[in-house]
Amino acid sequence: MIPPLPLWVEIPVALLLALSGVFTLVAAIGVVRFRSFFQRMHPPALAFSFSAWCVTLASILYFSAQDGALSLHAWLIIIFLSLTVPVTTILLSRTELFRRRNSGDPDMPPPLSASVPLSADADDSSPTPR
Amino acid sequence: MMRRMFPAPLLSLALLALWLLLNNASLGLGQWLLGTFLGVLVPLLTQSLRPTPVRFRRPWVALRLFMQVGYDVIVWNWRVLRGTLATGKRMPRGGFVVVPLDMRDPNGLAVLAAIMCVIPGTIWSELALDRSALLVHMFDLDDAAAEIELIKRRYERPLMEIFE
Repeated sequence: MIPPLPLWVEIPVALLLALSGVFTLVAAIGVVRFRSFFQRMHPPALAFSFSAWCVTLASILYFSAQDGALSLHAWLIIIFLSLTVPVTTILLSRTELFRRRNSGDPDMPPPLSASVPLSADADDSSPTPR
Repeated sequence: MMRRMFPAPLLSLALLALWLLLNNASLGLGQWLLGTFLGVLVPLLTQSLRPTPVRFRRPWVALRLFMQVGYDVIVWNWRVLRGTLATGKRMPRGGFVVVPLDMRDPNGLAVLAAIMCVIPGTIWSELALDRSALLVHMFDLDDAAAEIELIKRRYERPLMEIFE
């Protein structure tokens, strides 16, 4: 039987969890609401930045109070999220840029560097001159 | 000899710290030994995956940049939250900006990419092949010149101090 925690721990934990829920909900609303792909990529960032921080902080607070010792390992969630999220974000935005440019979308900005030929005549091993 | 055993001493220390953090319930001798073992082995095995050695300097600048990014994440969360719920004329109009870069160090650029992705409201979209410019999509674009200035001053300059 776990003894109940003092009120001064439970209130901030509940507030943090509620705040995280609100931000995640708004992130979901944003995905539904916006029409363009790039605009849609921004709201989910709310879910993995501030929302994730709030849940982590709530977990650290709750379990530290319960065990009577600092329990920091939930902090790793933030570290690993900030390592893995950029990979998927960049992959998605690069893919969309590539597809829209290939289909000749006039809204897309021009490529920053001269395009590298992907065809068979670029068969030497180093297509990117440094 | 030391150089060969520890090709990346900072990475070794970080791995040990991660391991101890993961096992915060028991800080016995066994966990320290296991963490040290990982800290020695993993940098040796992944040596060929790191193209350029990391030169990390000025930890105080790094700490300030870390706090700055934390603060900016909160500010930008609030802005994106408001923009997402806004209606009519106040709907955000996103757009691309091209940021000219002075930094060439690939490690610094990797950190810049991570910062741009973690902060809501900015998406790293393209890097020129010669690393001279960067294409960023902004959630709410009012004044492109000001945003470029901000990115360069807040993130690029400290990163150049740290990595170059």
